[in-house]
Amino acid sequence: MKFRIDIRRKEGLSDPEGVTTQKALQNLGYEDVTATHFGRTIYLEMDGEDAGAATAEVETMCRQLLANPVIEDFEIEVVG
Amino acid sequence: MKIAVVIFPGTNCEHDVVHGLDLIGVEAELVFHKQTSLDGYDGVVLPGGFAHGDYLRTGAIARFSPVMDSVVAMAAAGKPVVGICNGFQVLCEAGLLPGALVANRDLSFICRPIHLRVEGTNSPLTAAAAVGDVVKIPLNSYEGNYIADADTLHQLETNGQILFRYCDESGAVDVSSNPNGSVGNIAGVSNEVGNVAGLMPHPERAVEPILGSTDGVPLLASIPAFAGLVGAM
Repeated sequence: MKFRIDIRRKEGLSDPEGVTTQKALQNLGYEDVTATHFGRTIYLEMDGEDAGAATAEVETMCRQLLANPVIEDFEIEVVG
Repeated sequence: MKIAVVIFPGTNCEHDVVHGLDLIGVEAELVFHKQTSLDGYDGVVLPGGFAHGDYLRTGAIARFSPVMDSVVAMAAAGKPVVGICNGFQVLCEAGLLPGALVANRDLSFICRPIHLRVEGTNSPLTAAAAVGDVVKIPLNSYEGNYIADADTLHQLETNGQILFRYCDESGAVDVSSNPNGSVGNIAGVSNEVGNVAGLMPHPERAVEPILGSTDGVPLLASIPAFAGLVGAM
């Protein structure tokens, strides 16, 4: 099974890369861009057939290591 | 007293910490991160560097190093636990300190002496200092931007857990004296009890006149000072 995990800074917390890129876009004239957020994508492959159980395990991995729950949210998607 | 100074793969400030503690007469020993016991030590310092390459997030892998169970136990026992720079990041990832450290506001690596104002003295980094003291020590980091949500910040303020704020030479704390975008100019915090403390700049690099400043001495001397206070309780 293949998973795609999207990890993003929680809303309201400082995101210097997003802010800097936002300014650069505005400097290029894209003044209608209202928000720019950076994140990280992790592609993970696992053995097993039970998608529900595997997804639950990936969620645990995210809370334990892959994301920092203090400052980040994550979304898990089965992609294959 | 005897202090353990932990070496993760990628740690690079361990000898500076041992030397700094030696200068103030505190015995310190290097301990590899695979060691599973810290029995016999009265406190522990997680020094700066790039533990485990800072892969994933700074401190994210290091918090699962074998030695960390003993660090957590030492924190729970009320003994001094200090994280400097990368060590601060590890303590945040381990959940021993609130908040997190992310990329600097201007996305640049900062390596220069900065000023800090002491905000609270109930910690092993400030017990030998006084509130309002201004110290000049080197900052050396890319991910030094302290962030925390509003509830956490309120708790830090209420409980006196903010140990240091970035300031100017006169001690004024404002946007212009904030080098990296840290919320509230926060440079160092403690846990609720006070025995676990983290600081982004490097006191161990300001312990002799030849280094340009000796302002780090009272900060390192706070480890035995705090332990003495705890021992007397």
